[in-house]
Amino acid sequence: MVEALTIVLAVGQTRGWRSALEGTGAALMVLAALVAAFGPALVHVPINVLRLVVGAVLLIFGMQWLRKAILRAGGLKARHDEDEAYREAVKILEASGDAPNRDRVAFVMAFKGVFLEGLEVVIAVLTLGTSAHRLGLAVVVAGVAVVTVGVTGIAVARQLSRVPENAMKMGVGVMLVSFGTFWSGEGLHVKWPGNDVMLLVFVALYLVVTWALVGLVRRDAPRVPREVAA
Amino acid sequence: MNRQPLVVRWVKGFAMFWWDFLVGDTPELFVAALVTLGAISLISVSGHENAAAVVVLPALATASLTVSVQRARRVARRERQ
Repeated sequence: MVEALTIVLAVGQTRGWRSALEGTGAALMVLAALVAAFGPALVHVPINVLRLVVGAVLLIFGMQWLRKAILRAGGLKARHDEDEAYREAVKILEASGDAPNRDRVAFVMAFKGVFLEGLEVVIAVLTLGTSAHRLGLAVVVAGVAVVTVGVTGIAVARQLSRVPENAMKMGVGVMLVSFGTFWSGEGLHVKWPGNDVMLLVFVALYLVVTWALVGLVRRDAPRVPREVAA
Repeated sequence: MNRQPLVVRWVKGFAMFWWDFLVGDTPELFVAALVTLGAISLISVSGHENAAAVVVLPALATASLTVSVQRARRVARRERQ
């Protein structure tokens, strides 16, 4: 969501806020329509099939997120630089000429940014919400997160790089892998000892694994001299 | 100019989205997850070995993540040389 906000801010400040906000609004409406269309339909799928499919998707997606966060924390992959992303978006927009009153480039760029980033959130909300039979709650919480990111974005504007994005992504990755393990197991008729308590065990396990792997990756990372690092 | 019908382009785009979402640049994680779930299916559904499934599922997920991170380390080392 932070990436989407960066794009919208870059579009708004470079080409004007009207088309940027129209693109953002259109993307949010399409995403809301997707939740409304597919959310209730998922409730009719047999619960074990749903848990297996959702668990598998979360497991794969979560491991991808966690891997990236580990490589970033270990210094093997560049941390997502929002200032750089902002400058990149501004460069593209400035190269496309003067902004007319109703700006197609700004609309499309804001729409694509919000829609593609939001689609990942929608999938997470639909899968987590339907599996736990708490789709309404998941939608409300996701809505609160969107508003929080929006308000934070307005408050900090271009200082988005100070948001500890990698730590947040690492936490989300641990949660996704934990839920993925739990639900895919339930979908395959595994009876977890302690039922839901096992989720906490998985969170603890994957936190330890993440910490160990970050330590392992840090051994390989190129060393930065003290004066440069400071 | 793309001459493909709109429906074909939408279907292709949809398929590409899921491919990027689930496989992307880490096909080893996708394959590992399928192998893991296949193994748990054999142990739990066919073999009725619940205790083994409880241990093997998180262990295989941990191993998959470790192998993928190790692969990234090897690639980074090779690029530095």
